Amino acid sequence: MWLTSKIKQVLLVLKAGVVTLRYPFEPHPPAKGFRGQPVWDHHKCVGCGGCAAHCPARTILVRDICQDLRVLVYDGSRCTYCGRCADVCPEDAITMTEQFELATNDKNDISSTLELFMLTCQRCGRCYNMETTNMIDRMDLRGFHYDNLELRVPFPKATERFDEAMLEESDRYRRPSK
Amino acid sequence: MLAKLCKKAFPRSLWIYHCNSGACNGCDIEILNVLTPYYDVERFGMKLVASPRHADVMLISGAVTRPTLPLVKKAYDAIPEPKIVFGIGSCAAGGGCWFDSYHVSGGADKAVPVNYIIPGCPPRPEAIIYGVALALGLVEKKAAPVELKQVEFPVDMYLKNRAWEERNVIYQLLNE
Repeated sequence: MWLTSKIKQVLLVLKAGVVTLRYPFEPHPPAKGFRGQPVWDHHKCVGCGGCAAHCPARTILVRDICQDLRVLVYDGSRCTYCGRCADVCPEDAITMTEQFELATNDKNDISSTLELFMLTCQRCGRCYNMETTNMIDRMDLRGFHYDNLELRVPFPKATERFDEAMLEESDRYRRPSK
Repeated sequence: MLAKLCKKAFPRSLWIYHCNSGACNGCDIEILNVLTPYYDVERFGMKLVASPRHADVMLISGAVTRPTLPLVKKAYDAIPEPKIVFGIGSCAAGGGCWFDSYHVSGGADKAVPVNYIIPGCPPRPEAIIYGVALALGLVEKKAAPVELKQVEFPVDMYLKNRAWEERNVIYQLLNE
């Protein structure tokens, strides 16, 4: 009796075949619509900083190193691949590729840097001055126009034990609002 | 270098201890998915163990929160040498969206030394297998830093402006 059931089991297994993927030795592309590593097209990018302002993980930094050079730094280690940067880009300069094999032993391997040449005023040779634009534009700019990320961190260190002083500090802390 | 060391230090099956340090459970489900017959990471000899004292590899998922920070450190100390630590998911790799929150230490590397990171939110099961295979030296690393530069203008704007000003008679008259 038990033999027939075993034979049945073997036949069932033979019918199903091998289902295991041979993944690391054979490629297995993701399904359509998968969002992998975002890639910037530096010829299309105009340096508006919309991606930096919309990034939930604030992983894209925009900084002006000189008058007509803007540097855009993308640190992929905390990117959640939500695709909002690609959605808001007015020039469609960002594409979400299907690259998901991003495992590294070095965080710098998944970062990218863009150096953008900003158009300057023909008369004075400087970039357009944002301080003279209207109030609404300035409020929009405040989202990404910071230079030092460390200064924005309210509590850079975590404590191992419960700390009353830290609790007091966190009670007083309010997120900057517009 | 590290891959060669791994080959020497871990010649046989790797036993894995999975440590959830405040993850949303997405990465944990993907780790369990890797152990199913479809992906079947056990063909590399890997196996989940319940205790860190039995393990060679530690998988950390989630940004290490303040309550779990001492526990993660304790679990790391309990693993016998030599050991590898994987940070799985964007939270463990760099802190995710909460990297500067008051209750998060900002990634697994702030708590324990992390050897390999697997970004993704959550990473695909293939990505986890790829990371493990990378540590074992079965595949080559594909990620590399990208540096892009827009084409620089051939004419220096400042020089051009100065030449135009010098050529203009009105400026000379104004200076006098």
